[in-house]
Parts: sequence; structure tokens; C-alpha cells
Amino acid sequence: MAFKHKHLLGIQTLTSSEIMTVLDTAESFFEISTRAVKKVPTLRGKTIINLFFEPSTRTRSSFELAAKRLSADIVNFNQQTSSTVKGETFKDTILNLDAMNPDAIIIRHSCSGVPQFATTFCQTHIINAGDGAHEHPTQALLDAFTIRQEKKNFKDLKVLIVGDILHSRVARSNIFLLQKLEVRIVLVGPPSLLPLEFKKFGVDLDFNLDRAIEGADVVMMLRIQLERQERNYFPSIREYRNLYSLTEKRFRRAKKNAIIMHPGPINRGVEISADMADSAKSVILKQVENGIAVRMAVLYLLLGGKEREAID
Amino acid sequence: MEEKIKARIMDSRKIKRAIHRMTTEIIERNRNLKNLVIVGIRTRGIYLGKRISRLIKELEKIDIPVGVLDITLYRDDFSELEAQHIVKKTEINFSVTKKDVLLVDDVLFTGRTIRAAMDSLIDLGRPKTIQLLVLIDRGHRELPIRADYVGKFLPTSKREVVQVQLKEIDKSDEVLITEPPGMK
Repeated sequence: MAFKHKHLLGIQTLTSSEIMTVLDTAESFFEISTRAVKKVPTLRGKTIINLFFEPSTRTRSSFELAAKRLSADIVNFNQQTSSTVKGETFKDTILNLDAMNPDAIIIRHSCSGVPQFATTFCQTHIINAGDGAHEHPTQALLDAFTIRQEKKNFKDLKVLIVGDILHSRVARSNIFLLQKLEVRIVLVGPPSLLPLEFKKFGVDLDFNLDRAIEGADVVMMLRIQLERQERNYFPSIREYRNLYSLTEKRFRRAKKNAIIMHPGPINRGVEISADMADSAKSVILKQVENGIAVRMAVLYLLLGGKEREAID
Repeated sequence: MEEKIKARIMDSRKIKRAIHRMTTEIIERNRNLKNLVIVGIRTRGIYLGKRISRLIKELEKIDIPVGVLDITLYRDDFSELEAQHIVKKTEINFSVTKKDVLLVDDVLFTGRTIRAAMDSLIDLGRPKTIQLLVLIDRGHRELPIRADYVGKFLPTSKREVVQVQLKEIDKSDEVLITEPPGMK
């Protein structure tokens, strides 16, 4: 089935069959990164701008490599060395970049809704690479791709998402996606980082990791955003570690063939113990590898074919 | 409206004979048969390739590996298509470098598919030679490409469609000329 969106702003607007189209397409792109010549000519002559207003290693370089392996030209925009430091507004920055006729702009911003806002005055395709605490669609897609790779399908899975749910766009995109695929989701974290409002999404909430991890197929750990710790969401790192860190002892309660995921960057010894992060059950680096294939698929599906009307 | 079948060009016996003849030509021409590998172009090229590999095994007792090539990412009309083509996997589990590669497709028409396939192959390695086998050559070339082994030359008009059906995925083995609905 065809993918008819002009933009990729979030998972919420996708159907389950569109999600499967992205995953199936990514499956075909995976092999390209294993070749000696890691490049196909598909997007030759297309220009893509990486517009990151927040620091990032994984997502930015993953999009850059995805574009390059499809032969597109990509320009990296760095906020610190741009005119925004001279006081240019966000809107003017994007309007100027849009005037250079790129074929897509990939945006990351600390405010929710920025990519959506950009579509109201831009001509080009917009891809959300993470906006505030809203969505991070390509992360959820690569997580789903990794789960399918490990578990073959999504039937009867129990997926745990553990940590700072409140601030996490990764958690939100994953909730939207896994729900569309009818996967059972349990959110785990301290009450201050796990608002009861999340029940509205139809997921289970649990403040006790030892109990919730029982019988889990996938344990997805989120980064504790240490930079927010000054606002005292929990008493101390040590207490958080005692209650919510993924240790070998805790992980033993999950299913025997359960896998460990993390969107990165990881805080070793905080939300996940170092030996768990490096264990054979951890697919953290596979997620990174799969990210390129998934982003190639997204670029291909958005930029392929004739220009179409936006349906976002 | 159904497409109209104008002519039945080959049945399963004729297809079998053509494959047999082409296979003997391949054996005759490739003295060092052990260096041969087959790459079938999706979709029907794969099954033709597999049949030829089986036949070579029968005749010469040599195993010839068969790979699968999807040329979607190498098309030259990428931005003119109405919607994206579904990209399928390329599965070539052997090195093509220094090999004699036999590229197999069902119908040779404009030559653009073969151009894309050759570009794709060369990105995978440096073959010693590339040879082309097609079941039907229907003419109307837009690029300077010709096949080394041809099952049947079939003069056609441009608006006609040549359909190769193979029993691995279709009902039976046959080659048809059809005309799309709404054309006179």
C-alpha cells in the first residue's frame, strides 16, 4: 500500500498499514548498508536540510547517512553557528532555508509543535526529528522495526516503557505506534514522572518495576534527563537507581527471551546497569543500525513519486 | 474492463524448449561454467534463472547460484512516477566480483530495466563479464542494449503488452500479447 503523506510529523496521524509499509520498505533498505558500496542513486539531485535546534548525535548523523546512502545532498544546520544567535527568529530562519528550494527539511526543536508550525508556511516536505515532549516518529518506527526483527511479529507482546515518561517524546511516539499494532503497553516510573493522564491512552501504569517487569517481552528503558534533576522529580539519583534501574536481578523476572531497548544516550549505572546495557539481551546498538534503514525508507516514501497534495 | 488477449505466443512446451536451447547456448559459450552466476531480475527473471540453474545441474552436474535483483532504486523515472514503487529486497548472497554474471529477465523492451540492473550489479562488485538472457525480445529499444540469449524475437506495437506467465507464481506457463482496456 502506498504512503501518501507529504510530511512525517508524528505517529498519531499514521495508520497501522502505513506503519507496516515503512517497516517493510526499511527491510529492503537494510541490505544496502551491508554492501561494499553503501549507496544507491535513488535520490540523486535532491537536497535535504538537517535543522537541529537541540543537540543530537544519533538522530542527526543517522538522517545524514540515510540521505547520503540514497545519494541525496544534505546540509547540516547548526544552531550555534547560525544567524539565530544574531536574533533571527525561528520562522525567518526556516523561510530563508525554504527559499533555497530544498526537497525536505528535517527539524528537531525543544518546543512541541514546531515541525507542524513549519508546514503552515513552508513549501517543502517536513520531517519531525523530535519536538519537545511531543513526538519522535522515526525513533518509534526504528523501535518497531527492531522489535519485529527480534520477535518476528507483534502478537501477544508485553512491552514495558520505563523511566521519565513525562518528558519523553520517545515514549509518546512508541505508545501511539504500539497501540495501533494492538500491543500491550505498561508504563513504569516514579509518580512524579508518570502522570495518571496517560491512562487516557488506554495503557497500563505501574509505579513498581519489580512487579511490572514480570513476563515482559520487551523492556524499553528511557534516559533519565539529568539536566532536569534540579527540579527534584525524585529525591536522589541513588533512590531512583534502587527502584527503577534495570539490573540483572530485575531483568531475570522478565520473559526468558526478553530484549532490552534504549533510545540513547544511556546513563550507565543510572537507568540501566552497565552489564545490562552490554549484555546479549540488549539490542541498543541494533536500534542504531536499524535507524539508518528506517530513515532511508522514510525519505524514500516521502520524496518518491510526483509531488502530491498534503494530507497531513 | 478486462484487458483483451490478442494472441497466445508461447505455451509451456515452447517455453521449455526455448529455455533448453538457451541453456545449451550458455554451456557452449561459457567454457569455465564454474565461474558463472545467475542474477534474476524481479519478479519473473528469478524463476527463469532458477529453471536455467536446475537445467545446468542436470546437464553438467554443476551448481550455479541464483541471486535476486530489485532495480526499483536504480530507475531513471523515479520522480515521474505517480506513487512510489514498492521496494523489494535484493538478495545476492555471493560476490559478483570476477564472475561471469548471467542477467535474466522475462521481456526485453526499452532496455532501461537492464541499464538499471547493470548499474546495480556494478555497485555490488566488478563482474568479469555480464551476459543478458531474456525469454522475449519485443523490440523498441531506447538504449544501446542487446541480449546474448533470446528465447523468441517478437515484433510488437508499442501499445501492446507482452505478458510472460510462469507457473511458479501464475496459473500456467504462457506468453500472451494483450492490449490494455480503452485502446483501439
